[in-house]
Amino acid sequence: MSITLLYFGVLKDTLGCSTETLAWDGGTAATLLDLLRGRGEDWSQALAPGKVFRLVVNQQIVRGDAAIPDGAEVGILPPVTGG
Amino acid sequence: MYCDITVQTATFDLGAEELALRAHAGDAGALVAFQGMVRAHDEAVPLAALFLEHYPSVTEAEIRRIAEQAAARWPLSACRVIHRVGALAPGEPIVLVIVAAGHRAGAFAAAEYLMDYLKTQAPFWKREDFVDGSSRWVEAKASDDAACERWHD
Repeated sequence: MSITLLYFGVLKDTLGCSTETLAWDGGTAATLLDLLRGRGEDWSQALAPGKVFRLVVNQQIVRGDAAIPDGAEVGILPPVTGG
Repeated sequence: MYCDITVQTATFDLGAEELALRAHAGDAGALVAFQGMVRAHDEAVPLAALFLEHYPSVTEAEIRRIAEQAAARWPLSACRVIHRVGALAPGEPIVLVIVAAGHRAGAFAAAEYLMDYLKTQAPFWKREDFVDGSSRWVEAKASDDAACERWHD
């Protein structure tokens, strides 16, 4: 089981990747962020609570701690700066 | 409400868009248009270009959600939003919001509401590419969040 992660904006540069496939045993948005933050200092800082605006699961912006199904596309969004 | 939303790399013409929207505005007595442009001198080093990234499969749906929220608060008859992405030179237009409503109060308010939500909710990210070759992702502004907060009941 796996999911596809997409990184946007500043996260692409600080994490050094724009997309990856991740083995996934199931869980929620919070499970995923905890897992990624556990990769080390760079990741825990880049994905600190104030630095992640939202997660998008299968093109739906997640509000709250949504489940992430197998095969999902998950976008990890830093704070937005449009307009 | 008639609602037309576009995310595009190409530039746009405010006058042409206003004329086109009026055909869908019904008996509107008020039309408010806002156009944002790229500024060259926001920082010490002049800007060569502003680069905008977005989340293609999500952005237009999110803007539509914001427009529908605005239409639920004010009696709008028509709305047009264009947001550009890619590399934009200083002076170029970056965002357009046009709303038509029965009266001016609703049109003014809805245009501001749409801009506040576009800045703080829609998945766009700006990177400043400077003339000296350096570049920097723009950080979200607390003042933009505060502007958006005022719409919460």
